[in-house]
Amino acid sequence: MKYIDEYRDAQAARRYARAIADTVTRPWKIMEVCGGQTHSIVRFGIEALLPREITLIHGPGCPVCVTPLELIDKAVELASRPEVILCSFGDMLRVPGSRTDLLTVKAGGGRVRVVYSPMNALEIARAEPESEVVFFAVGFETTAPANAMAVFQAERLKVKNFSMLVSHVLVPPAMEAILSAPDNRVQGFLGAGHVCTVMGLEEYPPLARRYRVPIVVTGFEPLDILQGIYLCVRQLEEGRAEVENQYSRSVRPEGNRRAVEIMRAVFEVGPRKWRGIGEIPHSGLRLREAYGLYDAERRFGLADTAGSEPEACISGLVLRGIRKPFECPAFGTRCTPERPLGAPMVSSEGACAAYYRYRRSDGDPVSAGARENSDEKGT
Amino acid sequence: MDNENGNSAVTPLPACPAPIGRHGSIQMAHGGGGRVSQELLESLFRPAFANPVLDERHDGAFLTVGGEQLAFTTDSHVVSPLFFPGGDIGKLAVCGTVNDLAMCGARPLWLSAGFILEEGLPLETLSRVVESMRVAAAEAGVQLVTGDTKVVDRGKGDGLYINTAGIGRIEHGVSGPAHIRPGDAILLSGDLARHGIAVMALREGLAFEGEIRSDCASLSGPVLALLEAGLEIHCLRDLTRGGLATALVEIAATADVVCRIEENLIPVEETVRGVCEILGLDPLHVANEGCFIAFLPAEQTADAVKILARFDGTSGARVIGSVASEAAKGRGNVVMESAIGVDRPVDMLSGEQLPRIC
Repeated sequence: MKYIDEYRDAQAARRYARAIADTVTRPWKIMEVCGGQTHSIVRFGIEALLPREITLIHGPGCPVCVTPLELIDKAVELASRPEVILCSFGDMLRVPGSRTDLLTVKAGGGRVRVVYSPMNALEIARAEPESEVVFFAVGFETTAPANAMAVFQAERLKVKNFSMLVSHVLVPPAMEAILSAPDNRVQGFLGAGHVCTVMGLEEYPPLARRYRVPIVVTGFEPLDILQGIYLCVRQLEEGRAEVENQYSRSVRPEGNRRAVEIMRAVFEVGPRKWRGIGEIPHSGLRLREAYGLYDAERRFGLADTAGSEPEACISGLVLRGIRKPFECPAFGTRCTPERPLGAPMVSSEGACAAYYRYRRSDGDPVSAGARENSDEKGT
Repeated sequence: MDNENGNSAVTPLPACPAPIGRHGSIQMAHGGGGRVSQELLESLFRPAFANPVLDERHDGAFLTVGGEQLAFTTDSHVVSPLFFPGGDIGKLAVCGTVNDLAMCGARPLWLSAGFILEEGLPLETLSRVVESMRVAAAEAGVQLVTGDTKVVDRGKGDGLYINTAGIGRIEHGVSGPAHIRPGDAILLSGDLARHGIAVMALREGLAFEGEIRSDCASLSGPVLALLEAGLEIHCLRDLTRGGLATALVEIAATADVVCRIEENLIPVEETVRGVCEILGLDPLHVANEGCFIAFLPAEQTADAVKILARFDGTSGARVIGSVASEAAKGRGNVVMESAIGVDRPVDMLSGEQLPRIC
């Protein structure tokens, strides 16, 4: 399959792995920002190809994982109202709030619908004018333009029964929060390729300069990631801290201007709480005053709840790359995809779920045993 | 079943088992065919009805009646929409049960059909479904010999649900996970994930270039041809809900072996693969309705592939892996060599498949 197979070539992967090994002279800790990259790394077993000097730290770029508990509780409250149809992307349905999740509300009769685009939610609102249709707008700069477009269209079409529960987050402020934390371990970044496809590169040079970290904007296929790591390691070894674009087949330096325009017309930047991390200034998007009518929190007068995370869950440390999922005592025992304690065990892009599915422990006995086997076969 | 006091006379209901306990009610995931379904089965149904036949945990029950070995199975069909590219609920209802019998190594003989109809269902719809069942039954060489019809109030059914049960005769000996041997080849009959993606695309109104057709088909012809050729088929399993991954994990656990497969050997049609990539679905977890895996001695796979090539739905059959040697570590697991040549464990589907955000 074009654009897929050529980026999953085993021979080329080994060549890149060798190039990384030939370049590295001392230990480096590199964070891949995006959950999609984490998923690829774990699904394809990329870490097994890397020299021991390279440690990959999994970043907070999983929208499901960082949507704050309070917002899940608000979605649950909305979905429980008889007049509301709550529309959401699929992965949000299993995320535990402080009391329950949306799948359970659905099983109890709440009208929860999985949609593939915010425009589907708008269509539902037009088709069912007697219901209040709320779209749960989560995600990074990648989903924000389409969500902005849905609000823009709702106003243009004068759809009165449509609103959004907004939990949008922005990547660069989160990277800055990680870099400025006293316990930061990250020495280089693989930047989020799809976020930069929308936003372009201009936000990154100041970060690279201020914190002296290389930022390599990287794609999502195994060879993208290996090449991104190679470029990052080369910068680290040479003492450079620059912004490089590995994902140039998708990312233009100026980004997608039309997408950014509609996003800025509908949303404005504000503080946002990140699940497991806390509030980060200027790290979220909220609806502008002119579109306040479409703000579900306002429309339904939703108050903040005082929910709290399960004590056993260390998702904050996982999301900041301080702990690996299998260092959590609840991992795979009290916390599984069927019974998640925290959001990173829910989404396929969450580090805990990816580790659970593809890699059970540090020295995974399954892979270790299998590797011995394949050695016997001489592969 | 013994309770804590060893008193088996009165068995209390089992203490609320985990997945039910967490939700307190049935979730869609309980019917998803993955681990949550499994937990419901293991924690509620199996203990309640425990008996030696049920405990064999096969797709169907093996029964011996007057020296004759029979297979008996049942399957309910609730697919929405009722008609989809490549099939409909009627064809599915016949093929589903026929395939369960085929996976027992049985020649399908008789089916029952129970229809649950929703008030207001157009008769024209029902007759299309019935005609489709007639054709599918004739093709599979099975007779529909008994049935039942019930009607529920409008709004209480998705138009039409069908349950079928079937009886088949085992003519070539019994197979199953217990018969699997180290070194066995794992043969896959065709490309993966077409049924699940065809239905999801239609249900969700996803538009893309090229039609994806369900693989819905009777597998009885190809399977009987393998058995009649005298091949030593150690285990058969059709890859329905939960897909290839779930089937392999269940078999590896039951047989206590390591199954090794290679990602690059597993066929997935290009359009199907594209949809899976976009929605973040793993084709290994997506449902099929006309695909199976067979475990057999490696030296017999060439013959098996030649036989399967004679049938439309299995002409793409190929070996995708093997059962590791007895010395292999991590017994009960499935390991896949990823596209870039690194081993990783394969897990069964957890709950329902939910498309990702971005």
